[in-house]
Amino acid sequence: MADRPLVLGIETSCDETGVGIVRGETLLVDAIASSVDEHARFGGVVPEVASRAHLEAMIPTIERACTTAGVSLREVDAVAVTSGPGLAGALMVGVAAAKSLAVGLGVPLFGVNHLASHVAVDIVEHGPLPEPTMALLVSGGHSSLLLVPDVTNEISSLGSTIDDAAGEAFDKVARVLGLPFPGGPHIDRAAREGQVTIDFPRGLTTGRDLERHRFDFSFSGLKTAVARWVELRQRAGEPVPVADVAASFQEAVVDVLTRKAVAACRAEGVGHLQIGGGVAANSRLRALAQERCDAAGVELRVPRPGLCTDNGAMVAALGAQMVLRGRTPSDLGLSADSSMPVTEISA
Amino acid sequence: MLALDTSTSAITVAVHDGEQVLAERSVLDARAHTEHLAPLVQDALESAGLRPADLTDIAVGVGPGPFTGLRVGLVTARVLAYTVGVPCHGVVSLDALAEEAVRSGSVDGTAEFAVATDARRKEVYWSRYTVTAGHPARLSDPAVLHPADVADGMRGLATAGRGPLLYPDVFASPVTPLDVSAVALAEVALRQIAHGVEVGVDALYLRRPDAQPTSSSKSTLTEVRGDRR
Ligand SMILES: [Zn+2]
Repeated sequence: MADRPLVLGIETSCDETGVGIVRGETLLVDAIASSVDEHARFGGVVPEVASRAHLEAMIPTIERACTTAGVSLREVDAVAVTSGPGLAGALMVGVAAAKSLAVGLGVPLFGVNHLASHVAVDIVEHGPLPEPTMALLVSGGHSSLLLVPDVTNEISSLGSTIDDAAGEAFDKVARVLGLPFPGGPHIDRAAREGQVTIDFPRGLTTGRDLERHRFDFSFSGLKTAVARWVELRQRAGEPVPVADVAASFQEAVVDVLTRKAVAACRAEGVGHLQIGGGVAANSRLRALAQERCDAAGVELRVPRPGLCTDNGAMVAALGAQMVLRGRTPSDLGLSADSSMPVTEISA
Repeated sequence: MLALDTSTSAITVAVHDGEQVLAERSVLDARAHTEHLAPLVQDALESAGLRPADLTDIAVGVGPGPFTGLRVGLVTARVLAYTVGVPCHGVVSLDALAEEAVRSGSVDGTAEFAVATDARRKEVYWSRYTVTAGHPARLSDPAVLHPADVADGMRGLATAGRGPLLYPDVFASPVTPLDVSAVALAEVALRQIAHGVEVGVDALYLRRPDAQPTSSSKSTLTEVRGDRR
């Protein structure tokens, strides 16, 4: 176990029940069950629906992970679980399941931070993380710019959204445009057919805002601007150019994200940028980030889309690092902490 | 057998060998099921001198009870049973309260009685029982209802659970216990097994989820959405 610990990771912070298994720095399996379809008709994640789905999906997902990886639960050396941040009731299902596994197998338990896991997952994709790394995490739940000297022990937050998360803005704009939930992939697809024709606002990028919120984000104003623009068109009885609006909105989001991320790398003298979270699957974000990183001499690392969204592999990946670096396991009295700060990597 | 329940204010765990109780651990803390349950399980097993692999059965209260706590008990029991490879038996949590009410002699040996627990939102989980051959027999399926909707004829019944504490003007004859004890739950489970009765481990929610998405916010899009409808 010493150099290649077999770690099972559980993730239930939102609507995905994820169970991943990692051996050392190698991903064996990433099993996932999603309740996203059950939330679609509500236009957002309903916490109680998510929690019920986690309970039902837990054992089938654990079973599928073990079968696919060809691993028996008895071989597992440690269990890791997202203990926060996330939806409280959803987190509790995963935390309780992980504790039960740890008790039943007699192995250590690591309650870990969801955001740190998003960073750690790239270890099983692209190998050891350069230290320090800059990480831009963008999803329906978070938009954070993190400076990561040691993913198991030291992370600081340089900035985050002051209102909506980036993915949330995608969902809301998709709704305005009559596109389905979740909005990200639909806007990405629509935008490919359109042109950036509308100059939507870039939040927190000028003057005093930039001084006070140098690396923070704001997407609420942008979302409102898009809604107004669409509404004026509709009131005038004109057709809404969905593809152009999607492209223009998306450009505004990814422009700010990549500009601030690269600026943060420069300011901190960091040569590596990692992008994670569901929005990292956005094709325009990847392209523009690559362009700007190349221009700035920064190496860009983006895990494959399946590892960018919430999953169990990322939790297992961080758990394995915890074991490898000799970090102290969590107490069996571990709580789920819905507002766990990113500076708290393990609980 | 390891028995546990998290459907009431008690987080309760017992180890039972089919004849006697080997260990019992409970904590009263309606808001911290996640924190307390696993340490209690481990502690009860240790004090019974057992390893998880020694278990042959696990029993769990399936509610009804407040959802978040209930799920902690259910997932704990199901995953532990899966991990050690033993069956997981469900017990209607109200039946465990009824069991203890009969065993402790707090209800009359033959009369009807009721169990009412806190369902939050000014409602109770409620069931009616009679006593046959020294054991409680449920006369009605567990229901969630407003205390005011309990029929007049039922209000005078001796009632176990926290319902009478919360709504003393409706439930006039409070009796113990207030919360589930895993010992009583183990006894119900053992009797179910002996009689070949299998209660599944599906949660008894009795309510549909509230459909309030997390991303619903002070949105300026309301107006636009209104236009589109
Ligand atoms: Zn996430």
